[in-house]
Amino acid sequence: MTTGALLALAACGGGADPAPSTGVGGPIAVVATDTECRVAVTTAPAGTITFAITNQGTKLNEFYVYAEGDRIMGEVENVGAGLSREFHVEIREPGTYETACKPGMVGDGIRAAFTVTGDAPAARSDNELLAQAVTGYHRWVSAQADEFLTETGKFVTLVKAGEVEKAKALYPTARSYWERIEPVAESFADLDPLIDGREDVVAEGMEFTGYHRLEKDLWVDGLQADTNAMADRLLADVTQLVTKVKATELNALQLANGSKALLDEIATGKITGEEERYSHTDLWDFEANFEGSKAAIAQLRPFLEDKDPQLVAAIDASSTALGELLESYRVGDGFALYTDLTPADIKKLTDSLDDFAEQVAKVAGIVAAG
Amino acid sequence: MPFRGVHQAGIVTAAQGRMHFVALDVVSDDPQRLRDLLKAWTIAAERMTYGAEAAPGGAVGGGPWDVPEDTGEALGLPPSALSITIGYGPSLFDSRFGLADRRPAALRELPAFLGDDLDPARSGGDLCIQACANDPQVAVHAVRNLIRMGLGTVSVRWSQLGFGRTSATSRAQQTPRNLFGFKDGTANIMAEDTAALDTHVWIAPADVPGPAAWAAGGSYLVARRIRMHIEVWDRTPLREQEVIFGRGKLEGQPLGQKAERDIIDFAAPGPDGQPAIADVAHVALAHESNLGGVRILRRGYNFTDGSDGQGHLDAGLFFVAFMRDAHRQFVPMQRALASKDVLNEYIEHTGSALFVCPPGLSGEQDWGTQLFGRA
Repeated sequence: MTTGALLALAACGGGADPAPSTGVGGPIAVVATDTECRVAVTTAPAGTITFAITNQGTKLNEFYVYAEGDRIMGEVENVGAGLSREFHVEIREPGTYETACKPGMVGDGIRAAFTVTGDAPAARSDNELLAQAVTGYHRWVSAQADEFLTETGKFVTLVKAGEVEKAKALYPTARSYWERIEPVAESFADLDPLIDGREDVVAEGMEFTGYHRLEKDLWVDGLQADTNAMADRLLADVTQLVTKVKATELNALQLANGSKALLDEIATGKITGEEERYSHTDLWDFEANFEGSKAAIAQLRPFLEDKDPQLVAAIDASSTALGELLESYRVGDGFALYTDLTPADIKKLTDSLDDFAEQVAKVAGIVAAG
Repeated sequence: MPFRGVHQAGIVTAAQGRMHFVALDVVSDDPQRLRDLLKAWTIAAERMTYGAEAAPGGAVGGGPWDVPEDTGEALGLPPSALSITIGYGPSLFDSRFGLADRRPAALRELPAFLGDDLDPARSGGDLCIQACANDPQVAVHAVRNLIRMGLGTVSVRWSQLGFGRTSATSRAQQTPRNLFGFKDGTANIMAEDTAALDTHVWIAPADVPGPAAWAAGGSYLVARRIRMHIEVWDRTPLREQEVIFGRGKLEGQPLGQKAERDIIDFAAPGPDGQPAIADVAHVALAHESNLGGVRILRRGYNFTDGSDGQGHLDAGLFFVAFMRDAHRQFVPMQRALASKDVLNEYIEHTGSALFVCPPGLSGEQDWGTQLFGRA
């Protein structure tokens, strides 16, 4: 991992509140509102670029820097109204990138071109490209894990305060961070059933705990005598998980397999309405799994473009189609409930997912062949 | 089983023991994508009919990290007389793919029939694939691999497994029995009756003038999923069953005759002096002499789709028949049956579809080029 990536990782969790400035070498000020994304400077030399985002709107906001194919070079999430956050992004390749604010944290965001200047570095070897993909993905997973902990903390607080409606509103969003990084997160086989176990798959001698237990309390049973204890336990388990996720080492094949595994999760658990059987918020999970799959593929993109540009084009086309279809089920900041979907809706989603997954399944073979 | 020829295999081919039939809808609007898929299907189908894997890489040839190109469940099995027959539904010739002017005139939806209880989820379709083989695993493997190749371009609309043939299509074959226990389709058109095939089964060039000429030598396929209320049938006395069909149960002889293939005589008297075969018997209503000479080539299969949740078998006849013009052959026949057949008390048509099966492929030709008229 490069120093820049470590810096970025450290900064993501921070809540720095510097005075925005645009001076050479200083942070690039970004003023975000509910309708605008004003980036003070739209060009910077290659290297470590610092952005300072200030949210002057009323909605929760996010800021992204994307390379081609929506490969996330850096992001800062959950910037509350009135708050400022600073973050660093390491860009070594000169070229055209995109900045984006996402008011309300939904959709494609308010995008603008951003140019990185400098001399093109020497062409990278396959191994370098794959190592870069792993670093980038790890950085993204770590940032998601941090958000998972933050949002789980908020969710637990709401549950313990007996704020049932607010807890229900946050539930699908808080869980989405888990769903995005599920292949990495569930590799910790001791914590997975504690955090994400479903009532019918709890092994003999184990208790039904975690997010789905609280889901059942919130939606079906009402708060129970041990609900608060369950909430505390969830936070403790998530805290432990996040430490492990951030310390985990990945390789490029795991990225490829993980991108497919996330789609398999959708096909077997989400599109069937099984995962969120009490809240019916399965489409939130669908989107999060899909995002996670795209994030891994995006990091592998420079390597794949070199090896099989046709496959990249096919992945892009089917990914766009699935994304547009999923957006058509958006309701406000969230999605239609699973119980509101017709069999025809589910078939359309299944068809589109099958198409995308067939393309993504080819990635592992290409990565393995080097 | 030869894949190429003047006509497609799977029509006059001696009916194999098992069938997997699938109807698909095209979900892409891109004609090129459909054409490419039809071409890829041709190659895979031809390979599988001579017992090869769906693609050269096969189940293991791609190495440990590639997704296998063939799903592998037919490894080590013989070709099992596999035939793969393709057909196109009326909806394929709408405005999506630029095929409207190539639609054969007789490829238009079937009318509604009295007593139909059609489930839209078991009816229609832009395309169909009929895979027949003597080993069910071979037929299922063929359909599964073709579906997989089409993901993103086509989507399965409905499918049907048939576990036993209900028709003989060659004089060398015994007449099989349907789930009512009767020999069915004794009067079928046989592969050996080439003159009857030309008259009743193959689309003639004069039937498809102009841009639809590509369909000459093909045939229309009518599929009907006929649910049988077999529990009710099973408590019907033998005599009543025989009167309903107009044939004896053991031999299959027309009532009033001795042997299965004896000439039917609708005037022959029964024990009570009345005609042995009632004019509403199944065999009478479906007979060419009562339908102005109309005949069809039947090639159906018995099916059982488990049970219906109310303790009855969900079983019946998956009726498949080939003909030169469904509106002149199947439609009058089914109208007669739907309005008068006593058998209707025991059956229900739950699915329906019409497709045109193109003629056979020559040389290096593929289904995409044949349908679109260009590579």
